[in-house]
Amino acid sequence: MTELERLTARLTAALPPDAVITDPVRLRTYECDGLTVHRATPGVVVLPETAEQVAAVVRLCGDHGVPFVARGSGTGLSGGALPRTDGVLIVTSRMRRIIEIDIPNRRAVVEPGVTNLAITEAVRDRGYYYAPDPSSQQVCSIGGNVAENSGGAHCLKYGFTVNHVLAAEIVTPDGEIVELSAHDPGYDLLGAFIGSEGTLGIATKITVRLSRAPEAVTTLLAAFTGIEAGGQAVSAIIAAGVVPAAIEMMDALAIEAAEAAVHCRYPAGAGAVLIVELDGPRAEVEHEFAAVERICRDSGAFEIRVAASAEERAAIWKGRKSAFAAVGRISPAYIVQDGVVPRTALPRVLAGIDRLQEEYGIRVANVFHAGDGNLHPLVLFDDAVPGEAERAEDVSGRILDLCIEHGGSITGEHGVGVDKARYMPRMFTGDDLDTMQLVRCAFDPRGLANPGKVFPTPRLCGEVPGVRKGAHPLVEAGIAEQF
Amino acid sequence: MDPELIKDCVHCGFCLPTCPTYVLWGEEMDSPRGRIHLMGQHVEGTPLTGVMAGHFDACLGCMACVTACPSGVRYDRLIEQTRAVVEREHVRPPDEVAIRALVFALFPYRRRLRAMRLPMRLARRLRAFLERVHPSLGAMAELAPDAPRPVRLPPLVRARRRRRARVGLLTGCVQGEFFPQVNAATARVLALEGCDVVIPPRQGCCGALSLHSGREDEAKRFARRTIETFERAGVDAVVVNAAGCGSSMKDYAEVLAGEPGWAARARALPTRDLAEFLTELGPVAERHPLPVTVAYHDACHLAHAQGVRAQPRALLRAIPGLELREIEESAICCGSAGTYNIFQPEAARELGDRKAERVLATGARLLVSANPGCTMQIAAAVRRAGKGELRIAHTAEVLDASLRGLDPGMLGWSPR
Repeated sequence: MTELERLTARLTAALPPDAVITDPVRLRTYECDGLTVHRATPGVVVLPETAEQVAAVVRLCGDHGVPFVARGSGTGLSGGALPRTDGVLIVTSRMRRIIEIDIPNRRAVVEPGVTNLAITEAVRDRGYYYAPDPSSQQVCSIGGNVAENSGGAHCLKYGFTVNHVLAAEIVTPDGEIVELSAHDPGYDLLGAFIGSEGTLGIATKITVRLSRAPEAVTTLLAAFTGIEAGGQAVSAIIAAGVVPAAIEMMDALAIEAAEAAVHCRYPAGAGAVLIVELDGPRAEVEHEFAAVERICRDSGAFEIRVAASAEERAAIWKGRKSAFAAVGRISPAYIVQDGVVPRTALPRVLAGIDRLQEEYGIRVANVFHAGDGNLHPLVLFDDAVPGEAERAEDVSGRILDLCIEHGGSITGEHGVGVDKARYMPRMFTGDDLDTMQLVRCAFDPRGLANPGKVFPTPRLCGEVPGVRKGAHPLVEAGIAEQF
Repeated sequence: MDPELIKDCVHCGFCLPTCPTYVLWGEEMDSPRGRIHLMGQHVEGTPLTGVMAGHFDACLGCMACVTACPSGVRYDRLIEQTRAVVEREHVRPPDEVAIRALVFALFPYRRRLRAMRLPMRLARRLRAFLERVHPSLGAMAELAPDAPRPVRLPPLVRARRRRRARVGLLTGCVQGEFFPQVNAATARVLALEGCDVVIPPRQGCCGALSLHSGREDEAKRFARRTIETFERAGVDAVVVNAAGCGSSMKDYAEVLAGEPGWAARARALPTRDLAEFLTELGPVAERHPLPVTVAYHDACHLAHAQGVRAQPRALLRAIPGLELREIEESAICCGSAGTYNIFQPEAARELGDRKAERVLATGARLLVSANPGCTMQIAAAVRRAGKGELRIAHTAEVLDASLRGLDPGMLGWSPR
């Protein structure tokens, strides 16, 4: 009997009857999240319904020294929920109760499996909403949002998940249930936990901030002949002191895909479209709108549309929000990249991406949160053509190099996961990574919580350089290194 | 299970929250994304195990995922192909085989359904016993409505004003036997709106149940016969008032794709849902006031499979005095799904209760449903809930009442 089998027997005893999945055919459906290039069939899948059950699973994993990975809706784009073949996948999709809605204090307490959009839907008719809005908001879970510190189109003005989570009940890697709050004095442990990609524990209850729906919202779609003109408009808008709720840009290829998928009817012949959304008090929105419209025209917009109703606003957004999946209509396969550059570097980085397209003969569609320089290049390829997947992977990696070169980052909001762990050393020095590792070790000294993610090389905790007697077997085998 | 269609899925997961079984159980393999993954596994050589077949059987075929999918995955085609593979390759346990044989020997044949009237009435009293024999029998007994007096429809109903179209009417098997008043109302509404209504007396089953259960050959046989029947009728449109039937008839070209000649004839068949047809035709008959609050139920095979959502609502709203209310979670299936509530009684019951709760929460006095399966399913769930004074009618009956100036109190039937 393997360790995993012994553990599985104990999990079966500890959980409700249908909460443990061991059938190989079923297990394989959990082999990947939204990023399908990385696949690993989990050793066993559990579907707990309460924090106590999650804690019990984590404690049992600790007893047997078996690694565990948490997963929400499985929509992540960096392989953060990639399972371990020798481990347990803890899926929170059955923990989806909205526990409390507290309008006077503008907060809601929810379980991790509740979808992002479900929170807004629960409070919309009272004039509130949950601000972070990743494009997958209708399906992605709030637990996953916490793990990835998810953003969305509106984070330019309203910030990321970390700005909207007030407290979290978490199960630590040693199976303890702990409450972290943004108001705790001392170190901001909640801040450290949010965005830790499942390496510091599993959130089991999340208290989110509810925001008042703005008095007025105006959405404008501006069409440009090329991406440079659109980029200029973005810089000019920010320079004018306007902070829109969102500024999104799509290039011609992304527009083509969205058109094919959802018939969004963006202006014909557009080389780039810019979506600018302004919200706030009516007078302010009207004033800013006039400025934005003028700037767009001055930058060469040949058509400007303004949404007059909620339906028209939804129609404008539909193309943008479906863009990732829509690319499936124009290409058999694609990689969604996520990088950040300073706004002012946008034109240079985009020119660099153009050069890469020519060099490799690979098409790249660009969708981005232009306001904060968060790029989402979609690298298109046909996996049936030998070598094309590798070339696409190269292009995708070199786009990140471009981002770093221009003072940016390898991820804006999709996380590092398994996919970008190897790029971490391009951005951080060994000392930087070691320091991060110390934080991780403080929470998870045995390295059982989502191992193999975020950091390029698995490292060991608790062994101070110099006092060890001989090399650790993992170090000797070249699997891990010590610091 | 066409590998090309499987490849279209990019694993984004947008379908998950729209899938009734994912809503119920929160498991990947009971979501469209998971089921497509299972299909992929089978195509790559994993044998069709009982576990795998179970997850395909658990799919309602409601097509909500098709509406939600941004990548345009043809899950509708995929699940139809998969069901056919399941029928060919999977050996079902004897009790399942027997129940299936019973259902498919009964439902697509009106005369056999008629012969069941008396036994059905008896069955309702024996429900507890039947439930113990087999849950599917219990479900059938619970679902069967009181069989009404048969209505004999003439082969031709003439337009009551200047003729604007000549249409055929599909009377359906379950619709025709259990809800004959809906067909009568449909014919009257069409005639009052200026249509000659041809009702071929010897029309058979359209094949919807067979098609949606993977019984390919049977479905093709029914499809060919239905096409022939309405070709002979020589009509501008074939009007269908049962969502499931309409959706399968619109799929005939794909069902008969491999048969030379038939595919073209299938494409030429002008199938229209009643609400769709009336909206295209435009109203001429006078609408009398009908002061009643209505909750409109989106049948999956109307909303998701045919994209008909706005038309029935517009028709209802155009009736003076009628107040239309929306049902929460209207895009989630009621659990009827053709034969689903018979073969998967447990899941269907949960979905039915969920739907009934939301229907009753609207506080509407009348539920309007344009599919006989949904009507029976929601009626049974409302009966179980045991509260509220809800009555149920078809869109055609509401229009008929307004056109003829009838008393809204008489409209529809009470499930209790």
